[in-house]
Amino acid sequence: MANTGRVVRSEWTKIRSVRSTLWTLAAAVVVTVGLGMLICLLVRNTFDDLSARDQVAFDPTMTSFAGMTLGQLAAIAFGILVISNEYSTGMIRASLGAVPQRGVLMAAKVAVATVLVLIVGMIIAVASYFAGQAILGSSLSSSIGDPGVLRAVVGAGLYMTLIAVFAMGVTWILRSPMLAFGILIPFFFMISSILSAVAATRKISYWLPDQAGSMIMSVVEPVNDRPYGPWGGMAVMGAWVVAVLLAGYLVLKRRDA
Amino acid sequence: MIEAVGLTKSYGSKTAVYNLSFQVRPGRVTGFLGPNGAGKSTTMRMILGLDTPTGGSVTVAGHPYRKLPNAPRTVGALLDAGAKHGGRSARNHLLSLAQLSGIPASRVHEVLEIVGLREVAGRRSAGFSLGMGQRLGIAAAMLGDPQVLLFDEPVNGLDPEGIRWVRDLMKRLASEGRTVFVSSHLMSEMALTADHLIVIGRGQLMADMPVRDFIVQNSTSFARVRTADAAHQGSLAALLTEAGGQVLPEQDGALKVIGLELPRISDLAYGADVRLWELSPHHASLEEAYMRMTQGAVDFRSSDDPRGAGSGEGMGMGAGMGAGSAMGAGTPGPPPGAQPPPGGYAPHAGYPPHAGHAPLQPGGMPQQPPTYAQPQENAR
Repeated sequence: MANTGRVVRSEWTKIRSVRSTLWTLAAAVVVTVGLGMLICLLVRNTFDDLSARDQVAFDPTMTSFAGMTLGQLAAIAFGILVISNEYSTGMIRASLGAVPQRGVLMAAKVAVATVLVLIVGMIIAVASYFAGQAILGSSLSSSIGDPGVLRAVVGAGLYMTLIAVFAMGVTWILRSPMLAFGILIPFFFMISSILSAVAATRKISYWLPDQAGSMIMSVVEPVNDRPYGPWGGMAVMGAWVVAVLLAGYLVLKRRDA
Repeated sequence: MIEAVGLTKSYGSKTAVYNLSFQVRPGRVTGFLGPNGAGKSTTMRMILGLDTPTGGSVTVAGHPYRKLPNAPRTVGALLDAGAKHGGRSARNHLLSLAQLSGIPASRVHEVLEIVGLREVAGRRSAGFSLGMGQRLGIAAAMLGDPQVLLFDEPVNGLDPEGIRWVRDLMKRLASEGRTVFVSSHLMSEMALTADHLIVIGRGQLMADMPVRDFIVQNSTSFARVRTADAAHQGSLAALLTEAGGQVLPEQDGALKVIGLELPRISDLAYGADVRLWELSPHHASLEEAYMRMTQGAVDFRSSDDPRGAGSGEGMGMGAGMGAGSAMGAGTPGPPPGAQPPPGGYAPHAGYPPHAGHAPLQPGGMPQQPPTYAQPQENAR
């Protein structure tokens, strides 16, 4: 389609010209890397107190991504804001007035935001990993050349990206920033981890997007009965993302703007 | 050219627009007039393909909007001046829209110049006044140098100088052969700006005619009569009614007589031996004609006004017409464009404080009787 390029350019202008959305990405970097470093520091100072079993299962790579649990909330906020800004301001009507092909507008908007968050996500992953390993020290740290470590680092960046795209898809459905924040933040911050902590619901929680996707960041084989490996988990998360984007597209196409 | 055929939009059981058919032609300003909640904005959103009609269709330049080959170069619209991210500068706002439409960035500076926002182009639009926001919205509509322009309430929040500027701009755009479709709830504004009027009330077409015809048809004349002795007022009123006139009391004790020539009133008074202190010709304002046309279509709740409760006749009129044009059940209302009976002045009788101060010329200050000012959310 000939006009896709200009729609992409416009979406880039929209993203870069609003400070609040860019702040959320900056927050994602600071929170994830900072918290990861802090936790690595705690682990290094208390490692000797751990039980022998925990010491064997210790995963230095995964530990350096510990900041993700909080940092992903900033990525979710970015995903929500970048879409809901159109609706909360009414700009969507001007945008759809200019681009009546709604699918093109949605694709361009999601694509631009995804590329941006992918770049930031990779920066976060690499920075978290190397900063974390440096703090853990040579006795505990892993090396980027170790088996599975590079996959985990790249995977962490992908995880960050997919969680933001998931939020975008949900926001296309819900439209309202309040609604999207109110559902996504508690879900990823609490509900998902509660479900995985309770024995009865643990099996179900394996299929949640964040639980499945975060498998990619572990290098030392975790003691669990998950029916998928790291990339399988990523695929489950990817399926979630595709599903919400599809639902968002149908809502955008069918409903009045 | 915009063409609507049988356009209908329902939200559940509420009908916002019912069976609306009209054409908006190029080369003139077409005013789209109706009280708040009459369905103007809904119609405009359907024209722009934002809302899908429940029934009927609307085309711009022969195509449904969503199938237009180059929509942003063909149609420009100001729907909601608040539709911008406050954190974005005026320039970036327009730039994003220009890029979206494949319009060169240089055009952004041109339209900023046209609407007089060049000096504040770099400022975040959150700090803009209502009028500046309105100008920014107009700039956005003009980005693509389109042949068809839609403006939803463009003068809202503008100062007199700004209103005049918008008026001149609309006329200039129309004189360049463009199709200009402007909505408003102010008859006085449309009388000055528009060449052609499309009036809707409760989502239905009430009138579709040149402004000049509207003025001729609707500025009914009436007489003000005041008797020297207030005691004779009643008997004279009965006499005039018997002679076929419509008599309504005015606030200051005078009578408002419709449907009788002045000499005939004088003769009748003379025959009954009633002395007159005043017998003067008057014209109803356009605003009044417009309200009379749409009052039945405003809202049921208008009859809740306690000050209106005194007039049985007025109440009957308003409520009756309202019920007749109720569209909730999906039954067709009265034929579009049907003129209300001459008794249409009745609501004013029930609202005396204004009756004595009817503006005498078209384009006078708009009155705000309660029948008109009621907010209405159910048609949204």
